[in-house]
Amino acid sequence: MSLSRIYAIYVRQIFLLRSNPTRLATVFLWLVIDILQWGFISKYIGSLGQATFSFITVILGAIILWEFMSRIQQGILMAFLEDIWTQNFINFFASPLQIKEYLCGLVLTSITTGLAGFFAVVAIAGGVFGYNVLRIGVLLLPFMFILLIFGIGMGVFVSAIIFRLGPSAEWLGWPIPMVLSLFSGVYFPISTLPPFLHTFAKFIPASYVFESMRSILGSGTFPHDLAQNLLIGTLLSLAYLLVASRFFIVIYRKNLESGNIARFNAEAL
Amino acid sequence: MPGKTLSVSVPEPILRIVNVTKVYNSLKAVDRISFAINPGEIVGLLGPNGAGKTTTINMILGILEPTDGSIEILGKNMRACGSDIRKYINFAAVYAHMPANLTVWQDMYVFGLLYEVKNIKERIKLLLQEFDLERFADTKAGLLSSGELSRLNLAKAIMNEPRLLLLDEPTASLDPSISQLIRERIKGYMTGTQAGILWTSHNMNEIEAVCDRVMFLSHGVILLSGDPKSLPAQHGMRTLEELFIAVAREPLCLEHEVGI
Repeated sequence: MSLSRIYAIYVRQIFLLRSNPTRLATVFLWLVIDILQWGFISKYIGSLGQATFSFITVILGAIILWEFMSRIQQGILMAFLEDIWTQNFINFFASPLQIKEYLCGLVLTSITTGLAGFFAVVAIAGGVFGYNVLRIGVLLLPFMFILLIFGIGMGVFVSAIIFRLGPSAEWLGWPIPMVLSLFSGVYFPISTLPPFLHTFAKFIPASYVFESMRSILGSGTFPHDLAQNLLIGTLLSLAYLLVASRFFIVIYRKNLESGNIARFNAEAL
Repeated sequence: MPGKTLSVSVPEPILRIVNVTKVYNSLKAVDRISFAINPGEIVGLLGPNGAGKTTTINMILGILEPTDGSIEILGKNMRACGSDIRKYINFAAVYAHMPANLTVWQDMYVFGLLYEVKNIKERIKLLLQEFDLERFADTKAGLLSSGELSRLNLAKAIMNEPRLLLLDEPTASLDPSISQLIRERIKGYMTGTQAGILWTSHNMNEIEAVCDRVMFLSHGVILLSGDPKSLPAQHGMRTLEELFIAVAREPLCLEHEVGI
């Protein structure tokens, strides 16, 4: 693997971000709107009745981490779509660029934009709502690690599907985080779901993060199954990332055989 | 001299293609073609639209897998060491422009990194000077005229000083003055580096002016090959353009003539 070529993919995206404020808006605008909206909703709900705990603490913490994961997934997707929109596959893949280097460049881009967005919303949550993201201490790091890996896996998987089906499939990338959030326990505990849906949640690494986090923030103590949850969440997310990367490479090879790299926008399935 | 063996050094071809075939579903786009390009040689790949020229170029570039046959560049098999080989080749094609939303300098920088060009900033400066693109360094590629864009594509194509340069209609849609300028630059590059060049074009005057050898492709098969200056007369035609029209309209007659 060549660091120079990975950097080429990364720096192209940084050039694009720097050159156009609308691209910067995609990194920050929705996140800021989301965090303000959920912050005020939580504040309002907290003011109703006699709540015995802070809604802001429980909901805002989960929203910040969920958005971090969603932005990682969409960061990969956006960087990949840039190459589709500019019909750049011929130029890139006729160069010495290897498919693994291309993927690494996309991942690096999404980590940069994902972390930039994360720090922005953490600052807003602290400044406007007094929420301290470090409330859960060093556990923030393994939680973020699991979500980062799962977000990358999802981004690579969705990109692979678009790589196979063509540009018309790009819409697939946008609703996936919303669908997954239902089974991840972001907005409500998994136990709220009908029992037959609990099984789905067990296969989603993010559900282990949000169930553990809610338990810590709600009760103020560490759940007894925390270590087990972290382990399962980590292993699942790593497994999904490996499968998604392999899937992307297989699709790339199939496109080399079918000629779809050279005539990608023709959507010749 | 009797009894003494004369040793003649034959240059190792830069590109060697043997029995390469590409089948899309049931359509044979390229059918067992074989040819080689030597250092310092410009070879024209001619044929009507859909003859298989771009398919051939895409297979050499490594963005299309051949169904059968082998492609060797600098003695290495393309399938086995694609990324390593692609450091020594490059291309310019009318259908593959540089990303329109980056500036000329940024485009050159990104591709310089991809090809691991040494002293990249100096190289970019030199190429922008050579191709008269300095004043467009901070202009987005999408805002360039066709001529400026072609110069940018060509500057990128020789950025890594390729040993094999693939040019798919590099002067299509350009005015005669810019076309001539582009041709001069390419010939100058070939003379200075002894690179091998594969050139497709529908402009027969251009082909006659630049190519040492031409190959006519029809329905994925190489029908004819030879010196562009003498080939028409060998087949009873006055010009290369007449020969091209004959290949495009009546390939079967020529197939019969050459015994395919």
